[in-house]
Amino acid sequence: MGSAVNQAAFFEWLCRIGDNCLILGHRVSEWCGHSPVLEEDIALANQALDLIGQTQFWLGLAAEVEGKGRTADQLAYLRDAAAFRNVLLVERPNGDFGNTLMRQFLFDAWHIELLRALEKSSDARVAEIAAKAVKEVAYHLERSADLVIRLGDGTEESRARMQKALDTLYPYTGELFMADASDEAVVAAGIAPAPASLKAAWDATVSQVLAEATLTHPGDTYQHKGGRKGVHSEHLGYILAEMQFLQRAYPGATW
Amino acid sequence: MQGGEERPSAAEIRGWLSEVPDPEIPVISLTDLGIIRDVAWQGETLVVTVTPTYSGCPATGVINLDIEKALRDRGITDLRLERQLSPPWTTDWITAEGREKLRAYGIAPPIDGTAADGRPAGRIARLSGTSNLTIACPRCGSTQTRKVSQFGSTPCKASYVCNDCLEPFDYFKCI
Repeated sequence: MGSAVNQAAFFEWLCRIGDNCLILGHRVSEWCGHSPVLEEDIALANQALDLIGQTQFWLGLAAEVEGKGRTADQLAYLRDAAAFRNVLLVERPNGDFGNTLMRQFLFDAWHIELLRALEKSSDARVAEIAAKAVKEVAYHLERSADLVIRLGDGTEESRARMQKALDTLYPYTGELFMADASDEAVVAAGIAPAPASLKAAWDATVSQVLAEATLTHPGDTYQHKGGRKGVHSEHLGYILAEMQFLQRAYPGATW
Repeated sequence: MQGGEERPSAAEIRGWLSEVPDPEIPVISLTDLGIIRDVAWQGETLVVTVTPTYSGCPATGVINLDIEKALRDRGITDLRLERQLSPPWTTDWITAEGREKLRAYGIAPPIDGTAADGRPAGRIARLSGTSNLTIACPRCGSTQTRKVSQFGSTPCKASYVCNDCLEPFDYFKCI
């Protein structure tokens, strides 16, 4: 079954998952040296490291599937914004610590469901990356859920900030569950779950944690979309300008 | 035997690798850590199969260089390192000896079979104390300890502090 899949669709799908990890990993790494306390600084940097590590696996496989001799590094550093396939959620600016944590929680709650489903992928390479990553992401979710609860059910100030973060970010979560022809092709081949099939479990986690955090669920709101098709917000350009600078200025540089 | 050079056995090579320290936690070796998945000769080529600990662990590249150097120093020139992701590395593969070395070094070793599953139910169980996850202080042995942060000095460790002797310490968390 796996061999029958359209390779262009498979590549597209791998870029989506790899780019989500890459852009969020980069965003989280921006906190390094700027966090409110040392422990959180270290935690954020380590989490960014996990995500960048997972990116190497996903984009490495994407490059292999594409079969044009590109590497994970070339995909990361030499594509322009329109070729990136991450959801808009992960390129949202960090904002304050609460906003960063809320974005992380909304993503982690989805990420873990995706990886659990991918452990059963018909493609052994996908399944083994997922089996590796899911253990790391379990810790990401445990941490982000904990902090959303502590800050939500915290002081008046922290609660207000978490509610604002939730209201700002929630309209960017719908894109995680959207599907197009590329998704349908990998779903049909048994490589990945249908994005919409992850929604119920995500909803359950989000509702439970928000309730415990005493935050108000935004309900059905307008949902932004575009990142998965390469239509990004202006923020991605600034991320790439920083992330890709070295390889653009000094092509092929190594150390 | 006659006239030919005996090539070292896989067991002998594993013995050499047991002397190669982990670059980040040098008190334990690569074999203590359980990341050497296989050592085998394929014809004239020695193939060492290594599994990464965490996906983004920066030590992975250094570990490969260290393995290569250790084996070249022993005269093995035809050498290939392979990466194996599956089954994913787990702290359950850290040897009993490795765990003792960690404790003596001041890092609380992982507790078998208690890896986080990430479900809020599991988290709530841990918070409410119904879980059996008790991390003993590696310095004074007290089990009156608390978690400061899920991530410590490296992705593989969490930050804890002992309520009795008040010392902060790293816990090599289960994965």
